[in-house]
Amino acid sequence: MSTLFQLESVSFSYDRQRVVDNVSLSIGPGRFYGVIGPNGSGKTTLADLLVRHRRPASGEVLFRGKPLSAYSRKTLAREMALVPQNFYIRFPFTVREVVFMGRYPHMPRFAAPSAEDVRVVEAVMEKAEIGPFAERFITELSGGERQRVIFARALAQDTPVLILDEATSNLDIRHALALLKLCKEKVDREGQTVLGIMQDINLAAAYCDELIFLYKGQLVAHGPTPRTLTPEIIQRVFGVEAKVYFDDWAETRRVVFRN
Amino acid sequence: MLLLLSATVITAATMGYIKLPAASVLKILLAKLSGQAQWLDGMNPLYPVVVFDVRLPRILASAVVGAGLAVSGVIFQAILLNPLADPYTLGVSAGAAFGASVAILLNIWWLGAYSVPLFAFMGAGLTLVLVLYLASGGGGLSSNNLILAGIIVAAILSAGISFLKYMADEQVAVIIFWLMGSFASKTWIDVGLTLAFISGGFLVALFFSRDMNLMALGDRTATSLGVNTGRTTFILLVTASLVAAVCVSISGIIGFVGLLVPHMVRLITGPDNRRLVPLSLLTGALLLLIADTVTRAVLPSEIPIGVLTALIGGPFFCYLFYKQQRFRKIL
Repeated sequence: MSTLFQLESVSFSYDRQRVVDNVSLSIGPGRFYGVIGPNGSGKTTLADLLVRHRRPASGEVLFRGKPLSAYSRKTLAREMALVPQNFYIRFPFTVREVVFMGRYPHMPRFAAPSAEDVRVVEAVMEKAEIGPFAERFITELSGGERQRVIFARALAQDTPVLILDEATSNLDIRHALALLKLCKEKVDREGQTVLGIMQDINLAAAYCDELIFLYKGQLVAHGPTPRTLTPEIIQRVFGVEAKVYFDDWAETRRVVFRN
Repeated sequence: MLLLLSATVITAATMGYIKLPAASVLKILLAKLSGQAQWLDGMNPLYPVVVFDVRLPRILASAVVGAGLAVSGVIFQAILLNPLADPYTLGVSAGAAFGASVAILLNIWWLGAYSVPLFAFMGAGLTLVLVLYLASGGGGLSSNNLILAGIIVAAILSAGISFLKYMADEQVAVIIFWLMGSFASKTWIDVGLTLAFISGGFLVALFFSRDMNLMALGDRTATSLGVNTGRTTFILLVTASLVAAVCVSISGIIGFVGLLVPHMVRLITGPDNRRLVPLSLLTGALLLLIADTVTRAVLPSEIPIGVLTALIGGPFFCYLFYKQQRFRKIL
C-alpha cells in the first residue's frame, strides 16, 4: 500500500508541555481514519501538524514522499482541507460566500468564479443540505448549522485529503450520520482520504476503516478498526471499562461502557 | 461613484470666499491640464490662482486622506477581526501626535513647513515598531495582543502629550490646533506625497483582499486555504499603519472616518473585502471632502475638521450601533 502521510518520530511542545510525543505513523490513500483519545491527548495538534498549521519541533512529516515543508501553501490548499473544531466568524458573510471561499485555492487572485466553481459550490451545498439557507448570514446561524456550512466549505475545496476536527460535535444525530456517510462515500467511491478526530467512539466504530488511538501525545495503537477497537485499548486510553460487540441490527461494532 | 466624486471636487472648488461658476472651474482645470494657457485669457487672473493653487490642493488632500483613512480602517477591521478597530487602534495617532508636539515644542523648523509632518510620521512609525514588538512577544501577532499593546502604548504617549502641553506655554495653542486636524494651506507636494503612499496602500489591500476574507474564518482555516497568515497579517498591518501615519502627519487627527466608512459600506456591499476595499476608498474620499468643504465654505467660521467629523460621525455611529443591536447584521 502506498502512503500519503508518513510521520517520522514527530514531536511538538507548547512551551514545556509536550503534546505530541515521538509519533510515527503512516496514512494511506482511500481510507477513513478515526483519531481517538481523551481531551488534551494531542489530537488537534496532530491535525495542525498534518496541514502544516504548525511545524514539528523534531521529526518530520512527509507528504507523498516529500517533506511537507517543501510544498507551497497554495499547493497544500489544493491537497488537503481542514474542518476546524471551534469556529467563529465576526463578519456577516452569507452562507454561499463562505462556501465559495473553499474555491479560492482553485481560482486566480482576481478572477470571477468559473462555471466549474459555481457547479461545485451548488453541488456541495445540496449534499450538505444547506441550500435552504444559502443567502442567510453565517453570523445568524445556530452552531450546528454553521458547522455544516464549514464542512461544505471544506468539501468545495475538493481536495484528495479531508481532515475533520470534531466536525460532528454540534450536530444532531441525523446530520452527524449524514455527514459521516457522505465522507464514507467519498472515501469508497472517489478514493478520498478522510482523517476524522472523533469524540464519539461508536460513530468512529461505524464509519472508520482504521483507528488511531492517542494518549498523552503518544501513539497507543493504530490499525484496522476490528483489530484496534478492543476493551484493553479503551481501558488504556480512557481508563474506563468497556465492552465491544458486533451489533447485528446496526451491522456494526458497538461499544458500551460501565463505571 | 467615481463620477460623483469628480463632480463633488468641482462643486467644492466653486465654493468659498470667492464664489465661482462651475464652468470657469472646469475651464481652469482643462486649461491647466492641457497646458493651454490662452484659454484663460479674459478671466480675472486671480481665479486660476484661487482654484489651482489654493482650493484644489486642499480639496484633493482632504479626499486623499479620507480615502486613506477608510482603506486603512477596512484593513484593521479585517485583520484584527474586530469591527470596532480603526486606523488608530495600534496607537499610530498618538505616536504622530507626540511626534508633532515635540517638533512644535522644540521649535524645530529646519525642514521648513515639513518639520511637523515629518516628526509626526516618525512618531507614528516608531510607535508602530514598538507595538509590533510588544505584541509579538508570545505566540505571534494575535488580535488581542495587538489591541492591548496598542492601547498601552497610546496611553503612555497621551500622558506624554499632556506633559508636553503643560510645558508648552504659548505654543500650547499650536499643538492643540494641530491635533484637531486641518487641511488649510495644503500644497500640491502634500497631495502628491499622500497620494503616492495611499495608492500603494490601496493596491496592497486590493491584492490581499481575498486573503482578508479567508482570515475572517480564523487562522487555522485561512492557513488550510493557502494563506500564509503570519506574513499576510504583518504586511497588511504595516501597510495600513503607514497609510494612517501619512494621513495623520498631513492633516492631524481626524476621527471616525476610518471607523465609520467601512461600516457604512459593509451595510451595502456585505463584508467581501474585494468590494469593500475599493468602495470604502471612494466613500471615504467623498465624505471627508464634503466635511472639509462644509467647514471651509459653508460654516461662518472654520472649525477644525477633526471636531466636525467627530461631531457628525459620533451620533451617526450611535445610530448604526443601535440599528445593529436590533438587526444584528453589522457585527
